[in-house]
Amino acid sequence: MLKYFIRRCLSILPVLLVVSILVFLFVHLLPGDPARVVAGPDADEATINRIRTELGLDKSLPEQYLTYMGRLFRGDLGKSLSSKLPVAQEIALRFPPTLYLALTSLAWSIIIGILFGAYAAMHRGKWQDYTAMIVAVSGISMPQFWLGLLLMQLFAVHLGWLPVTGFTGKFKELILPSLTLGASVAAIIARFTLSSFLDVFQEEYINTARAKGLPERVVMWKHAFRNALIPVVTMVGLQFGFLLGGSVVVETVFAWPGLGRYMIESVSVRDYPVLQALLLLYSFQFVIINLLVDMLYAVINPEIRYK
Amino acid sequence: MAEKTITPSMIFWQKFKKQKSAVVAGIFILLLVFVAIFAPFIAPYDPYATDYSQAMMPPSPQHWAGTDIYGRDILTRIIYGTRISLSVGISSVTIGAIVGVTLGLISGFFGGFLDEIIMRSADVLFAFPGILLAIAVVAILGPGLVNVVAAVAIFSIPTFARIVRSNTLSIKESLYVRAARSMGASNNRIMFVHIMPGTLSSSIVYFTMRIGTSILTASSLSFLGLGAQPPSPEWGAMLAESRDYIGVADHLTVFPGIAIFLTVLAFNIFGDGLRAAFDPKLQ
Repeated sequence: MLKYFIRRCLSILPVLLVVSILVFLFVHLLPGDPARVVAGPDADEATINRIRTELGLDKSLPEQYLTYMGRLFRGDLGKSLSSKLPVAQEIALRFPPTLYLALTSLAWSIIIGILFGAYAAMHRGKWQDYTAMIVAVSGISMPQFWLGLLLMQLFAVHLGWLPVTGFTGKFKELILPSLTLGASVAAIIARFTLSSFLDVFQEEYINTARAKGLPERVVMWKHAFRNALIPVVTMVGLQFGFLLGGSVVVETVFAWPGLGRYMIESVSVRDYPVLQALLLLYSFQFVIINLLVDMLYAVINPEIRYK
Repeated sequence: MAEKTITPSMIFWQKFKKQKSAVVAGIFILLLVFVAIFAPFIAPYDPYATDYSQAMMPPSPQHWAGTDIYGRDILTRIIYGTRISLSVGISSVTIGAIVGVTLGLISGFFGGFLDEIIMRSADVLFAFPGILLAIAVVAILGPGLVNVVAAVAIFSIPTFARIVRSNTLSIKESLYVRAARSMGASNNRIMFVHIMPGTLSSSIVYFTMRIGTSILTASSLSFLGLGAQPPSPEWGAMLAESRDYIGVADHLTVFPGIAIFLTVLAFNIFGDGLRAAFDPKLQ
């Protein structure tokens, strides 16, 4: 088990290395002189030269990369071009709202997704199954920003039950954004749970349980449930990365003070140090979550670790 | 009596026809294509013509879906928007598929060093959540629809490559490929004439599903202000314009969203149907 974990941990190192190089090169991929781009269209020659030295753009690329990574390990992500504050500080400020949003969405999408999937599996081929799956495929096809706008229109503007936008730390404010963000994930989990249950139902031990006259309820929850959930765990983990990405859209709809909206703002004002840092953060997060999911999977399913 | 031959395509049709919802979705997609092609003949108004005396009118017999803040007919704009969404969805996935399928074939067929390089690059692309990768590409290239197509195409590549690679690995060892090789067929001929057709069914399923996802991503980017720019009648851009009038004019939000939703839904259901029809396990 330990060997598997170490091997799996080592395997992400090259990916992280390449991702960091790509993100580092990001500023260099921009058309034109990066110093000029960073300085903005109205900057004079002196400012551009100052920025060039400041960013170390006058050194060779490998040298620049090493400096960049050295700073990164010390937690220095550079300074935001628009606010002039350290990027790390700006990110620290916006990380909690994004995390709350992702975790709340994940929590309810797991509950609803698994219940829907299991319910459809129990009523295989009947109207309940079809209804549950129609709802699920609709959830996947629903544009998040549209669902967000509709929920906002109904529950916040017309009924006035919930706040329209923003986040000041109250649970009430989390409800609409997390429902919006979680809808497609709930749908994906539901579909996956259904197919996982159907696979498990083919197993001999389920036939045995049914043959010895156990009620369907017991077969379902005691025999099938746990085994059916093993693949669902992986799925759920992978969806967490999706939630982080999806938060870009949902945060913009609900004016959420998190990283996703920050990213869009940075794109429109061309704040490259911030974009670089966010891309790095998101992709590292994503890779590490996938790693943790794989490890969790190995803990649950012994077959994997002995391969 | 002559025996009736059953071809694989007949089996496919038999299985596909049984899935009523997929057939309906397929018809709906054909309808969308028709609307996109003949938009100028179907649409009742000019999509860009403003008429401030008619601004923000709710649905009426003259304007079935109402008018927007500039008095433009929303139904007309949605009809023209079909052109944008379908062409963005189909072109981006086609580019992604061509590159991805080729890379997957090369990766699976030659193996070794090339395989390592291609698959590790795919891993790197997978390290970015799709929409963030698209945002990064747009941040580099600048906002606009063409750049959105590029962005969406890039993040379709790795999955096509993976699907085709795994199919190639198994087909490569089959008897008919070995026979072709023994007859002196070139690598290119074996790859594209003998192996590629065998990988098509899973690629087609993914292709269809991917169009739905791409339309969704492209409209999200337009909604965020990174894709189609006003006054383009792109569905996501229309929804972005509606955002400031929530509670004042609800029809602005409702109709473009329905258009995106039904289109994406149709591609997803159609893709599901294809998958089931191609699946040899389901009879």
